[in-house]
Amino acid sequence: MDSRDLRIIANRVRQRDLQAVFEAGAGHIGGELSVTDLLTALYFKIMSVDPAAPLDPDRDRLVLSKGHTALALYVVLAERGFIPKDEISTFLKPHSRLNGHPNRTKVPGVETNTGPLGHGLPIGVGMAKAAKLNNASWRTFVITGDGEMQEGSNWEAIMSAAQFKLDNLTLIIDHNRLQQGARLADTNDIAPLRPKLEAFGWDVEEIDGHDMDEICSALADDRVGLGKPKCIVAHTNKGHGVSFMSDNVAWHHKVPNEEQYKQAMIELEEAAL
Amino acid sequence: MNAPFETSKLHDCRDAFVATLERLGTANEDIVAVCNDSVGSSKLAGFRDKFPERLINVGIAEQNMVGVGAGLANGGKIPFVCAASPFLTGRALEQIKADVAYSETNVKLVGISSGLAYGELGATHHSIEDFAWIRALPNVPVIAPADRVETAAVIEWAANFEGGCFLRLSRVGVPDLFLEDHNFDLGRANVLRQGSDLTLIANGTLTHRAMSAAEILDAKGVSARVLNMATVRPIDTTAITTAAKETGAILTCEEHTLFGGLGSAVAEVVVDACPVPMKRLGVPGVFAPTGSANFLLDEFGMSPDAIADSATALLKRKG
Repeated sequence: MDSRDLRIIANRVRQRDLQAVFEAGAGHIGGELSVTDLLTALYFKIMSVDPAAPLDPDRDRLVLSKGHTALALYVVLAERGFIPKDEISTFLKPHSRLNGHPNRTKVPGVETNTGPLGHGLPIGVGMAKAAKLNNASWRTFVITGDGEMQEGSNWEAIMSAAQFKLDNLTLIIDHNRLQQGARLADTNDIAPLRPKLEAFGWDVEEIDGHDMDEICSALADDRVGLGKPKCIVAHTNKGHGVSFMSDNVAWHHKVPNEEQYKQAMIELEEAAL
Repeated sequence: MNAPFETSKLHDCRDAFVATLERLGTANEDIVAVCNDSVGSSKLAGFRDKFPERLINVGIAEQNMVGVGAGLANGGKIPFVCAASPFLTGRALEQIKADVAYSETNVKLVGISSGLAYGELGATHHSIEDFAWIRALPNVPVIAPADRVETAAVIEWAANFEGGCFLRLSRVGVPDLFLEDHNFDLGRANVLRQGSDLTLIANGTLTHRAMSAAEILDAKGVSARVLNMATVRPIDTTAITTAAKETGAILTCEEHTLFGGLGSAVAEVVVDACPVPMKRLGVPGVFAPTGSANFLLDEFGMSPDAIADSATALLKRKG
């Protein structure tokens, strides 16, 4: 699948995500639009996964540590065939298995129940360590938010991943520069991320997190044998793809009104052409 | 089967834990140990020497330790995550909730030196809240074995159990209570001593004290049943209601705060199913003063004599 095909899928994911947020009256649209390209590349190009065998021991693992953007994951999983596409319309409805944060016991393709921030990377370290112990070739990917990197548990995991030489582990930081209530820079400015990760013994690559060529190139390299975990700092925009949401802190979990929804859909549809 | 009750020889249950883990690890290479720099206090040096690749020491980082355990389980491993109980359960409680209980992962949480075991080190190192914290979570059985035989049986059970669990171990010496052929059944209490006037329910380091109290009571003509209730969740509802109906009074003893532990779990059943007079012994909602575990248990009214006295007082409330 080439980058053009991936862009078409990502655009479709954004439209379906936006529609679901509008219909549910809730969601985290900003962070969903920033992570969509990364998820699309992983599930349609990079990862070896099989919707017919979601628990195949040799599957690649993705942990969406920024679990509040579960909807983007659900839409990608539906596009990839893990769950029915029409099930997205149940998002947040009573007894739907698609609640605001992903649940591995209910949704095939989800690896662990995330929600509280700072949980995904330690789990990813354990996954990658298990693959090493088994001499298995499957890879582990973890996506965190940039604000999430303020959680101390991430740095515990960063230390141990380097100590254990987990070259089969890739951390992708969705660096959209905004957290829930304010800009990262105005809250607890941990940017620049690169020198911090490098100081802890990781290889770091910085990319445009909305450029499919750069995403696929950064994710594709076979690193086994290099002895170092890899971090991809993906420079993204919260609300990417919708002009009035993009890089706007107000759209962390705001829900568009009808007029805004129509405007946003027009922009996404035009981008699809 | 119960062993003859003899309190002169005491054993550190950690030895039974690691001996069992090493034996199981020899047969099953998926068994791994995860720890937080606690190779010494968890007595994992032997496991490390036998299986150096399978001892995963994350350093002093308990949140990461539990998350790593969950990830190892996702990758098909059977991790025994070992640390001093106050730090395992207190520092990493949200990881236990989200990554183990809610995610239903096959992680064996082993709380070492639980309760008041680190007596003189002070309240930061006491773990007298762990029953309450973990018992509040779905999907994670909470188990406190009472001697070395039950400890070995619980470790063997845990390795074969498909799911997470919390095993609360101590370093405080305890006498043998069970014979070597003892099997552990989750959620099933053991009658260590038959009796008809009241029932003493205990687990962990308190079971042998309850047995001694029953002997003291016997000399006074009081027939006390002793139930070893290693499993705090799921609690043995049948054994509790049977004891309430047959003996008419229940006294609980635990190395834990009285807020939310074994006594609370028993009382919940008694209130719902068969109300009878009850007395709960434990740490009365305070940070404990300086002293060894055994000193503090005596201090909080759980010497065998004091347990017997509480039992005598309780009997006066029977109708």
